[in-house]
Amino acid sequence: MNKIDNLKKYIVKDKLKLDCGKEISNFPLAYETFGKLNEGKNNGILIFHALTGDQFPYGINPITNKEGWWNYALGPNKAIDTNKFFVISANVIGGCMGSFGPSSIDPSTNKPYGSNFPVITINDMVNAQNFLLDHFKIKKLFAVIGGSMGGMQVLQFVSNFPNKADVAIPIACTASHSAQNIALNELGRQAIMADKEWDKGKYLENGKSPSKGLAVARMAAHITYLSKKGLQEKFGRKLQERDALKFGFDADFQIESYLRYQGSVFVDRFDANSYLYITRAMDYFDLTKQFDGNLSDAFKGSKTKFFIISFTSDWLYPTSENREIVIALNAIGADVGFIEITSDKGHDSFLLDVPDFLNSVKNFLNNSYKNIHEARV
Amino acid sequence: MKQEFKIISSLINENSKILDVGCGNGELMKYILENISKNIRGLEISKKNVQECIKKGLTVIEGNAELDLGQFPDKSFNYVILSQTLQAFLNPEKVLYELLRVGKKAIVTIPNFGHWKVRLDLLFKGTMPVTENLPNEWYNTPNLHMCTIKDFVTFCNQRELKLTKSISLSGKKVSYIKKSNLNYKNLTSELGIFEIEK
Repeated sequence: MNKIDNLKKYIVKDKLKLDCGKEISNFPLAYETFGKLNEGKNNGILIFHALTGDQFPYGINPITNKEGWWNYALGPNKAIDTNKFFVISANVIGGCMGSFGPSSIDPSTNKPYGSNFPVITINDMVNAQNFLLDHFKIKKLFAVIGGSMGGMQVLQFVSNFPNKADVAIPIACTASHSAQNIALNELGRQAIMADKEWDKGKYLENGKSPSKGLAVARMAAHITYLSKKGLQEKFGRKLQERDALKFGFDADFQIESYLRYQGSVFVDRFDANSYLYITRAMDYFDLTKQFDGNLSDAFKGSKTKFFIISFTSDWLYPTSENREIVIALNAIGADVGFIEITSDKGHDSFLLDVPDFLNSVKNFLNNSYKNIHEARV
Repeated sequence: MKQEFKIISSLINENSKILDVGCGNGELMKYILENISKNIRGLEISKKNVQECIKKGLTVIEGNAELDLGQFPDKSFNYVILSQTLQAFLNPEKVLYELLRVGKKAIVTIPNFGHWKVRLDLLFKGTMPVTENLPNEWYNTPNLHMCTIKDFVTFCNQRELKLTKSISLSGKKVSYIKKSNLNYKNLTSELGIFEIEK
């Protein structure tokens, strides 16, 4: 806990009215930056993390001691080149890596908020992070980029602030969370809440931990991030450190052992209530509905240049849903490019070493920056 | 750059809004972007080509012209370009009407199946023609609906589509196609380049 207290934070003094009606102020946003902001302050990139991400996309995360979640894509000379760009990455509100979230202490009770934390939305997350731009005195970002829930934040950001980013790259996402995705999130939440240790959300103050429920939630979710083909190729029916089936419920198969491992390491780094709140925010995300059924209206008047990316084997946020965004943008003559990347790695492709994807992002960013900010004099 | 692309570019007014359907590796788009209009984007079916376009800094959407033109509003472009792909569509008539819905003008180029070399191949060899512009064999050609320049002109006339410019290309030689020389140009042109309005 103390380690998290020591993370870099910006305290937002302004009032922020949340979608649920509550108002917050004086709340912390934990953030990191990479690269240098140039004199013209035109090389800023805000990246948004996915459900279980944090403000550490690059380098070693000091809390988990693991590599950052976007090490393949971000860093010096990488797709998002920190020699060239100034990258800001913040932990979303509702998160558990130092930003205002359910594990924060409620000053009125001196206990963690737990289930008393307000229900937040993607819109709230984005509005909160926008305050960081004031902190850095950035009037206009060069880019906003994110995958999965990060992509939803990209869409919401451009919609809320139509002239605050030159380019936007929403990756493997959707403008409206599907019934299937709500169902999968609900499965995770029920697993957490079915754990007695969850204690109606008060586990932190009562010294408990719903780690079994959270691990099951993570296991289920992890399956959805991969593809059938990818799983089959990596694991098949291979057995785990044994020559024959044991006729019991131990992890006979490698895939079982792998999922159990994924579940067990996840509970060390993630807060169960944050999982509930953030999945809820994703479920509530429906940009189309925010604009009375016409997604195009969400981007009306925006001068932002869009580049939308999907992956062939992503069944969580399939190409068809990404294409809906392209269609909506074309309907208003917005500047939009789109590519579907071939990959067997499922939804997780955006986090992995997929050269076609990484090259596309790199080329798009470098060319766009050149055209917008280094144009011939 | 290909002679065909030079002619297409010469038909386009500065700073107009352009869609290049089946833009390939973006060669034409890049030329137009740098010399004529910044407001250009492409639609391309091949992932490899889309990557090439992104590398060139072009705005391109991966998609299929037969399915994906519907998303563009009426008359949202000044020009819609379709270079040597009309004959490869399942339903070229529908695609042509879509081009003319989306664009105020369409610039369509077609490899001419009426060219004398093509005719001779069939007449003397008795085999399906294989030429520079039509390099594939019958069994692997993407071209489902080959036509001659005369066929295309007739097609447009029957539907009262205005051919505002009709240009013949043979080697490097450029000339206009008129009513009076149609039969001759139908024999000598390798490529027909048409500017069409509805």
